[in-house]
Amino acid sequence: MPTNGAQTASPSARDRDQGASRRASGFGVVRQLAAFLVRAVLRTVLMLWLVASVTFLAIRALPGNPVDVWVQDMQGTGMTAAQAEKQATRLLNIDVNESLWSQYVSYLNNLLRGDLGQSVILSPGTPVSEMIGDRLGWTLFSVGFALIIGFFIGLYLGGIAAYRRGSWLDRVITNGSALMDSIPPVLLGILLTFYLSVVWDLVPVQNLRGAYSPDVQPGPNLDFVLSALAHVIAPGTVYILTSVGAWALIMRSSALSVLGDDYVKQGRARGLSERTIRVSYVQRNARLPLVTGFAISMGFVVSGSVLVEEIFVYPGVGQLLADALARRDYTVMQGVVIATTITVLIATAVADALYGWLDPRTRIEVSS
Amino acid sequence: MNDLVDRHTAGPPADGSPGDHTAVPRRRPVRGWIRRLGFGGTFGVTGLLALVLTCAYGRFGLEVPSTDLNAIAQAPSADHPIGTDFVGRDNLVLLIRGGWDMLELAFVAGTLMSAIAVAVGLLGAFAGGVVDRVLVTVTDVWLTVPRFILLLVIASLFRVGSTVALAVLIALFGWPYLARQIRSQALSLRSREYVESARLLQLRTVHIMVRYLVPAVAPFVVIATIQAMTSAIYQQVGLAFFGLVPLEDNWGVLFSVAYGQNALYLPAAAWSMLAPVAAICFLQFCLVLASRSLEEVFDPRLRGGR
Repeated sequence: MPTNGAQTASPSARDRDQGASRRASGFGVVRQLAAFLVRAVLRTVLMLWLVASVTFLAIRALPGNPVDVWVQDMQGTGMTAAQAEKQATRLLNIDVNESLWSQYVSYLNNLLRGDLGQSVILSPGTPVSEMIGDRLGWTLFSVGFALIIGFFIGLYLGGIAAYRRGSWLDRVITNGSALMDSIPPVLLGILLTFYLSVVWDLVPVQNLRGAYSPDVQPGPNLDFVLSALAHVIAPGTVYILTSVGAWALIMRSSALSVLGDDYVKQGRARGLSERTIRVSYVQRNARLPLVTGFAISMGFVVSGSVLVEEIFVYPGVGQLLADALARRDYTVMQGVVIATTITVLIATAVADALYGWLDPRTRIEVSS
Repeated sequence: MNDLVDRHTAGPPADGSPGDHTAVPRRRPVRGWIRRLGFGGTFGVTGLLALVLTCAYGRFGLEVPSTDLNAIAQAPSADHPIGTDFVGRDNLVLLIRGGWDMLELAFVAGTLMSAIAVAVGLLGAFAGGVVDRVLVTVTDVWLTVPRFILLLVIASLFRVGSTVALAVLIALFGWPYLARQIRSQALSLRSREYVESARLLQLRTVHIMVRYLVPAVAPFVVIATIQAMTSAIYQQVGLAFFGLVPLEDNWGVLFSVAYGQNALYLPAAAWSMLAPVAAICFLQFCLVLASRSLEEVFDPRLRGGR
């Protein structure tokens, strides 16, 4: 059973798996749990290191990198080179005069301590981790809200398409899903704003702006909660519409392959009702591959949030990145990239754990 | 035209002879293709051809529309069938001219993306062992990284100067999903009976790959390339929205410039924003329909009925 998790295992984790699968009972379960944890941690570390290194490379190490450019710009405004470098060192928490290698080491070191440096332009001196922390909640709220709803709609549509394979309904669902999957969320967001609030005048434009109305007091009161829910509808709808297609397509092909499996035929031969087969046989098994897809989809939706939050002026991490891109605040950019990666990594780890829990087969033969 | 439809969809001619005139006349090839592609596929392929022709005409046959400060952000009229933009240029001309760059980007990025994906996918599936494990790990890691955000940051730090450079950048960020698909396709091919028997005959691996596997994978690669094109366009629109693409007047740039000029709030000016949006959606729609119906043509198991 080549699962996502098993494939990304490093050699050492793989050896552990094989040891575990030979003795898949008693202590084997504990060993497998340990192997799973080791694998998850290894992958997390590998990905974080990769992303951190790419951002370091782009911001600091490549010729013409923005820190050097910034130091030159500061000299243009009357600072001496030493002053400008000192300021860059302070904001980045990296000594820009050291060798690249030791800059890299101290950069990774800072990361491990959760230090992402300070904003250079957007709000100079504010720690980037603080700026992200302020906004991460909104992004997780809107994206999480949409992911869950989109997931269930997608499951439902994909299931229908698989059962009614070849019918016009199947065609509508699959082609519609493929289309929604390829329409950039930014276009949908703009069309939604344009038609709802400009052409048909159904929703005042300010209701499609921000995370809550400016006249409610943020805090645990009913007005604020209702206002936040009302404001999440617009970006949420865009996320749902753009993610539902992928779910539906994965679910359809997964359900189709399950429908062809022997145990479904056997269930039919035993005279089980079609309903029982659908609910207990097909649905349960067809959902499994989607759990792995969850992490991928999470990455897509979080990426899409940059554009959607910019359109709906939603105060999440995406909008922070958009601001940072517009003003060239690269410590903020770097921080957002790393924070987003961590978010996706946590989702991946959760999806992996869920997969093992949902599908006992992978617990017994992890090593494939 | 008939010839074009045929050549575009048929891939390499089965008999290897490019000259159709001397061959035995086939019976109504176009109608046969329409039947095989289905309504959606025919629509997609025809739409793509129409787009390519129109955009080629726009790119090579039309002048840059002049700015007209007396006709700024106008609604459609007899002079300007779909209105004018914020400096009074004709939207229709801009639209027709702006398509070529989109197609060029889609083509270059799509081809490159699927080339990387095919290389990684096939190599992993057929080399097996450590090579496969490393490639799969790299693919999986790159797949889960929020690549679009990374792409935005890199495109903003190092300005891309040309459409081709942008396409290369997009391809480097876009290949892992396709690579995974191609790998699983290749794995299932490898265990097919005719491949097994070729192996039992002790034919050389290179021979097996060239003679048996590449032809079997080829249709899938065509489809993967089309899918890569939609993904490249998807990314380009996002980059254009933040002004991170070379300033060609392509649809993505037209739309984001119009949005930046607040065309959204003036129904007359909105034409300059909605026209490129509609064009992008139409292009994506045609690509999706074409790839889906080609999938069914090449893989009979996907066809309706069981």
